Amino acid sequence: MSSLLRLATAGSVDDGKSTLVGRLLYDTKSVLADQLDAIERASVDKGMTTPDLSLLVDGLRSEREQGITIDVAYRYFATPNRSFVLADTPGHVQYTRNTVTGASTAQLGVLLVDARNGVVEQTRRHAAVLAMLGVPRLVLAVNKVDLIDYDEAAFTVIAKEFAAHATSLGYAEGTVLAIPVSALQGDNVATKSENTPWYSGPTLLEHLEEVPVAPDPHEAPFRMPVQYVIRPRTPEYPDYRGYAGQIAAGTVRPGDEVVVLPQGLKSTVESVDTADGSLDEAGTGKSITVVLSDDLDITRGDVIAAADNAPKVTDEFTAALCWLSSKQLEPGARVLVKQGTRTVQAMVEELNARFDEQTLSIVDAPEKLELNEIGNVSLRLAEQLPVDDYTVSPRTGAFIVIDPKDGDTLAAGLVGHRFSQLKGVTEPEVA
Amino acid sequence: MTTLEAAADAARDNLAALESEAIHIFREVAGEFDRPVILFSGGKDSTLLLHLAIKAFWPAPVPFPLLHVDTGHNFDEVIAFRDHVVEKYGLRLVVASVQDYIDDGRLVERADGTRNPLQTQPLLDAIADNKFDAVFGGGRRDEERARAKERIFSLRSAFGQWDPRRQRPELWNLYNGRHRPGEHVRVFPLSNFTEADVWNYIAREQVELPSIYYAHQRKVYSRDGMWLTEGPWGGPRADEEVHELTVRYRTVGDGSCTGAVESTASTVEEVIAEVQASRLTERGATRADDRMSEAAMEDRKREGYF
Repeated sequence: MSSLLRLATAGSVDDGKSTLVGRLLYDTKSVLADQLDAIERASVDKGMTTPDLSLLVDGLRSEREQGITIDVAYRYFATPNRSFVLADTPGHVQYTRNTVTGASTAQLGVLLVDARNGVVEQTRRHAAVLAMLGVPRLVLAVNKVDLIDYDEAAFTVIAKEFAAHATSLGYAEGTVLAIPVSALQGDNVATKSENTPWYSGPTLLEHLEEVPVAPDPHEAPFRMPVQYVIRPRTPEYPDYRGYAGQIAAGTVRPGDEVVVLPQGLKSTVESVDTADGSLDEAGTGKSITVVLSDDLDITRGDVIAAADNAPKVTDEFTAALCWLSSKQLEPGARVLVKQGTRTVQAMVEELNARFDEQTLSIVDAPEKLELNEIGNVSLRLAEQLPVDDYTVSPRTGAFIVIDPKDGDTLAAGLVGHRFSQLKGVTEPEVA
Repeated sequence: MTTLEAAADAARDNLAALESEAIHIFREVAGEFDRPVILFSGGKDSTLLLHLAIKAFWPAPVPFPLLHVDTGHNFDEVIAFRDHVVEKYGLRLVVASVQDYIDDGRLVERADGTRNPLQTQPLLDAIADNKFDAVFGGGRRDEERARAKERIFSLRSAFGQWDPRRQRPELWNLYNGRHRPGEHVRVFPLSNFTEADVWNYIAREQVELPSIYYAHQRKVYSRDGMWLTEGPWGGPRADEEVHELTVRYRTVGDGSCTGAVESTASTVEEVIAEVQASRLTERGATRADDRMSEAAMEDRKREGYF
């Protein structure tokens, strides 16, 4: 069982997400006395009789004044068996870009709905974004069940509707769970509620503790973008030459046959080094330094990959883009693409489609892509890049799009992703 | 496997993941920036930062200098430790001195004697004068609420200022370090460490720290509910009684506003036990500067403070 779970939360304004996150921190004793004192004082000032747990997570003064959260915030809590990094993403409609940001590294998504309103547009939109980014598991926290008198029938209707939506997005049975909670009262967050005897599943915290984290398939082919070439040129290490990077997929061992891309040079791994000594094997996520048996010309931006299962090297591909900027995208736009450790010039040749995540339908050949929209584009690159399909190898199929003029991050990109991979998506009819 | 063994395994995995993430961040900056620098105060977070930088580039030396913003109100033990570390690893140290600014009138001493807010100008000048384009800091997102939204790559304007609305979305581990001339990027490799992680990692790696992090005898006086130490920064006032207590520091900052906590924890294991049992955050317990107002940190961050 993995000990670190990265999760992202999303919900509409007023679903009580800040209170839920505050409740998780509070019930795992991640809140200390001085923080509690501060929120108790503030709650009294606001005329409340119990501490307002949402104040624990509403960070910036500008937010507190407006009463909404405006950016992804990261929260930390732990139980004896697992540490949690929670990306708390705001629910306001124009901030879908934050959901994309929070979800890009998440292993589980917690979507929040108000039990009185059920599944709403935002819920469907967020679930679609999480599905697209390949977040393996979803939890629907049906909040404020105290306000519907802990009504089982109402909960079941919401749970079923959400399960149907998640299935249409490609989530298998067993990867989605709905839990009736009251963040305000604490029902089924960390403690099993006596008010919901009809619910036999785990509490939210139990589920987070026990949910299997999809391990990276051990047999996934090795991929490591080279970050930096380590050449000490010291008396002790006069000829050392190692390629530093973080393993994006698969595992590597001394003796493995590898290919360096985009050049296509073949070599053998001589050693897998760290400051703590050489390793017999290193897996996904580990930062290592690879020494090869041949003297090759390798620089930052190259990719070292399994020789018998290398990514394709290409200067054009199609990709899904989550557009994160208020500057709109039109065909012909010149951008920078950062993928792995390489940044190259690129041109958006065509906008092939726009995905309407609300109706799960596809709009053909849109004229432009605007903030918070998701589209499929054809990109042509100034250089050859080794790329994988995002659905096969997320870390080598992911890229960001950068504005060459001001350096802003414009979009999140997923190589090869087609919306029809989300089941139930309606392709436009061919005339 | 017993529960205890499972918990120990879990902790090990978590620290390994945090270490790999931090090393990846150091190497990205080394690959993409011209003149990075590590902010180094001699405190535990910056010492940990340096430890991770050493591991990231091993067996080559760390390819960055250190920058210390010296308030002039330092603990002697911390300055001695700083110089020891610089010597041991053959590093280059740049010092930006608040005292110099006060001596020549560019800054004026505050009425309360606190110098933490005075660090911003010397820091920004040092960054500009040395043309540093990436500045590593030991900030962690768990420290307080304004930091919970901090990016790992945090863009600062030519005035060193942080604008929450200009921060870029950070996706996967693809960091965007683009900046205009005169702007720089603050980089926080410890973003996802918690205070407990920092101490557990220090224990695991046997990282050497300044002695004041461990229990020692010290003459202190009480002000605003904190134990402050005697020093050239003034205090105690006539009405403040001096006690000799066994104390240690949970954070190390400007001597005028960093409080000690009563503690007998004299080893890293004892400190970990104490931190786990503590009911106060480290900043709440020991930093007068953060108590000034709820939004104190948000304001100072906008101005270009760490």
